This record gives sequence, C-alpha cells and structure tokens, in this order.
Amino acid sequence: MSVGRSAATPFWLAGPGALLFLGLIVLPLVLTVILSFHAYDHTTGIKNEFILAHYAAVFSDDYYLGIFWRTLRLAALTTLICAVIGAPEAYILSRMRDPWRSVFLLVIIGPLLVSVVVRAFGWSMLLGSTGLVNQSLQAFGFDSVRLLYTETAIVIALVHVMLPFMVIPVWTALQKLDPMVEAAAWSLGASHFTALRRVVLPQVSLGMLSGSLIVFGLSASAFAIPGLLGGRRLKMAATLVYDEYMHELNWPLGATIAIIVLAANLVIMLAYNRVVETRARKALG
Amino acid sequence: MIPMQKNGPVALLFHTLVVAFVLAPLVVICLVAFTPENTLSIPTTSFSLRWFREIFRHPDFVASFVNSLWLASLAATLSVAISVPAALAIDRYDFPGRNALNALFLSPLIIPHLVLGVAFLRLFALIGATGSFAWLVACHVVVITPYVLRLVMAAFTGLDRSAEQAAMTLGASHWTVFRRVTAPMILPGITGGWLLAFINSFDELTMSIFVTSPQTVTLPVRMYMYATESIDPMMAAVSALMIALTAAAMLVLDRAFGLDKILVGQK
Repeated sequence: MSVGRSAATPFWLAGPGALLFLGLIVLPLVLTVILSFHAYDHTTGIKNEFILAHYAAVFSDDYYLGIFWRTLRLAALTTLICAVIGAPEAYILSRMRDPWRSVFLLVIIGPLLVSVVVRAFGWSMLLGSTGLVNQSLQAFGFDSVRLLYTETAIVIALVHVMLPFMVIPVWTALQKLDPMVEAAAWSLGASHFTALRRVVLPQVSLGMLSGSLIVFGLSASAFAIPGLLGGRRLKMAATLVYDEYMHELNWPLGATIAIIVLAANLVIMLAYNRVVETRARKALG
Repeated sequence: MIPMQKNGPVALLFHTLVVAFVLAPLVVICLVAFTPENTLSIPTTSFSLRWFREIFRHPDFVASFVNSLWLASLAATLSVAISVPAALAIDRYDFPGRNALNALFLSPLIIPHLVLGVAFLRLFALIGATGSFAWLVACHVVVITPYVLRLVMAAFTGLDRSAEQAAMTLGASHWTVFRRVTAPMILPGITGGWLLAFINSFDELTMSIFVTSPQTVTLPVRMYMYATESIDPMMAAVSALMIALTAAAMLVLDRAFGLDKILVGQK
C-alpha cells in the first residue's frame, strides 16, 4: 500500500522531527541522569566526581521523605475526590439531552485549556483570608478559617484542575455503553441502584482506573498549584526541585529528585498503557 | 416503550454543585478584574477598567504577552511543519523503527514538564544556549508536537484514498497529489492541531520557568512570579484577558471539530 518510490522516503519525511526529538528529549534526559550522580559543593559548584550520595540523601533525610510523603498523600486524595465527583458527573452528563449535554461537557472540560496559573490564582482569591469563602462563612455567623497556604487549598485546586482528566475517560466509556442495556436491567426487575451497580459500573470501572492513573501522575508532578496555594512552606516534589535549582543552586540534588519523579511517573504510565490495552482487547474480543 | 432516562433532582443538584465548583474561580477572576477598589474585591456598585489600563503601565507584562504570542505562533507552526511529514511517514509507510518513532514523538506526554524543564536547562547550560529565544521555541515545539501529531494522524487515518488514486491515475505527480488533493482534505486536522498547540504553548508554565531568561520570560511565567510576590487586581485583569483569549480559541475549536473529540485522550 506504500506510495513511496524508495525505502528512504519515510526517513526523509520523519527525519527532521526525529532528530529534534533525539536532541531535545533523549540527550537532555541522559545528561540529567548523569548530572544526578555528580558531586556538589556549595562553594565550588558541580564537581567531576561520581557519587550516589544524592540518592542516599533523598531517601534517608526526613525533610525530603516528608515532602515525598505529602506529594503521594495529596495526589492520592486528589485522585479519590476526582473519582467520587468525576464519575457520577460523567454519568449525569451522558444522560442529558442536547443542547445541554454539549454545553455542560464544554463547561466541564473547557477549563482544561485555561492556563493553570490563572486557575490557581482564582482559587487563591477565593480561599484567601478575606476571600469569598471566608466572607460567606462570616455572613452565616461562622468563624473564618485559614485555607490559603494549607494542604486543603492545594487539594481543592488540584481537584479543580484534574477533574476533566477523570470525566473524559469515564465519558468515553459511557459513550460505548448502550443505554438499552440499562433499560433491559430495569425491565427485568432490577432497581435503579442495582442496574447502576451491576450494569453501568463494570463498564466504566476501566475508564475510572485510567482516569485515576492520569490524575495521580499529573497531581504528583504538579508545580503551579502547590507553588501558589501551598506558599513557601508547604512543598511538593515539583516545587522542591524548583527550589533546589533556582534558590539552593544544587543542580545535582534537584536532578536526583526530578529523576525520581520521572521514574515514578513512567511506572504509572506503563500501568496506564496496560489498562488501555486490556480495554482494547476486551472491546475486540 | 423504553423508560425515559432522566436525571433525578439529586443528580441535578449534584450537577449544579459541580458546575459551580468548576466555574467559581474563573467567574471570580472576571468579576474582580472590573473592581474600582485597590484591593481584591468583587465590584458591587460600579465597574471600572482601571486595572486593565494598569496592565499597560507595566511594560514587562506587555513584553511578556508579545513574547508569548510570538513563541506560541512560531512553535505551533514549526510543530505542524514537522508533524505533517512525520504523520505521513508513520501512517503510510512500513519501515523499521516505526513504532519506536511514534513512541518518541508521543513521549513528551508521559514525561512531566518539570523533568523536561530541568533536562533542557542542563543541555542549555552545557551548550551555552541559556536565555536563547530560538532554543525556547525548540523546547515548546517538542512539548506541543504530540497534540498536533495526534490530530494530523487522525486526519490521515480518516482519509478516503480513492481521490488520491484518481489523481495519480490521471498523471499527477506525488507532490501535486499532496498539494492539491491530500492537503486540502487534512486541513481541518492541521488547523485544529495548530490551535491546540498554540494554546498549550501559550499556557505552558512548568517547563518554561526553568529555561526562560529575563529577556524571554513568557506571560504565564511572569504571572507566576508576580503572584508569588503580591496579589492585586491587576493579576485578575491579566487573567481575565487570558480567559477571554482561551474562550475565543475554544469556541473556534468546538465549532470546527467538537471540543470533546479533540480533548478526549489529551493529557
């Protein structure tokens, strides 16, 4: 089916892009891995000695372990909340009629295209000490609560940013589900809840799983949200890397943490590919 | 008669709360942007454009905005120039390393932007490219190419090949067939890819913050730096402008292709 005249044609076509990607993905990543083994001295800078000390330090120092633990905890919490909100929302959307269906789908997934800095800034205005949330609490006679620069603020904003990534895969799974199947369960005497649990849920569980993996991976490496809503004190993995690079100037240590984040992310994404492949096989079989 | 599948009152209440949650920060930004006060507050009695005028008294913000526009346009255009032939090669030819090449082109989707940022920074420090605008464009091309490639590939896959074959039979050269037959048919995919790439490049923060210099600071990086120092209504005005810009691009994308189709599977 090839239209090409010679075997070299595809290489000419894809060559420029491939070279750019080799030079700007593979090479810099290799350099960063090497950098993470370089020794560092606060007065002389990066030294030409190869050591494992940075990895040892990161995995033994309570300061770093605490930040990793917070990163995993907040990412897991975000994933859980996204699943609890996103999956029912996708189901509700799928039962709507046009034009409402398209309008609300646009409302839910559209913010994905708005810069994350803008969305984080919006939340910092809402959650600030004189923000709208505290003003309404006071209006109802409650004490104001400190929300900004807390883990709660980080999780709220992360859920806001990650929700579309949960809604989209569940929505896709629901599109493939014939609504007649659910109706058939009802006509056979199943209650709405039983039909939901036994017919709909098994169909969307894979969508929820792939959504969860994406949400977890993106939350664990999120930068702008913890940077703007966690303040200087509450760090997550990404803001820690930024500080090591820009403020401490300890690039090898920053590279070490970045490589750990990358490794964790690749494991999650491999799991995600497994899930997608399983789903594809099921759809074919 | 099939029983109606309707959302009950509880479902609709839940839906209303979710929509309110999703829209709340964006609505608040757009309201606060019009405040006449000195502090972050929702205008109650009068609206004012003073904070929009204030933006133009900050030449650094204007310069970053112009810089981001150039960066995103250049990066999106270069990305299309790379993606179309690459998609053609991957879609139409069987060659050794085809799957590896596809994986390489899509790899920026699974590498956190944070990691790409530090990796680019290391490379630039070694080759002396720190602060270069051209290299910043190259970084953005790498990050946004997966989105373009996906849409262009989808356009190639959905293509009816008989028109090309007819042109070929009538004696048209490969280049003429591509220019006069293939290209017009994949144009929607290319346009959609360009717009999506433009938005992604224009919004990119995490990678750019590592590789921009004071001369090449992009708008999101400038906003991030500004927001960590102080919060005033001018940030709301800038953010409101960005929301307006995104909404315009979004409407075009939705009218032309259906936003759900484009965003499904997007990271």
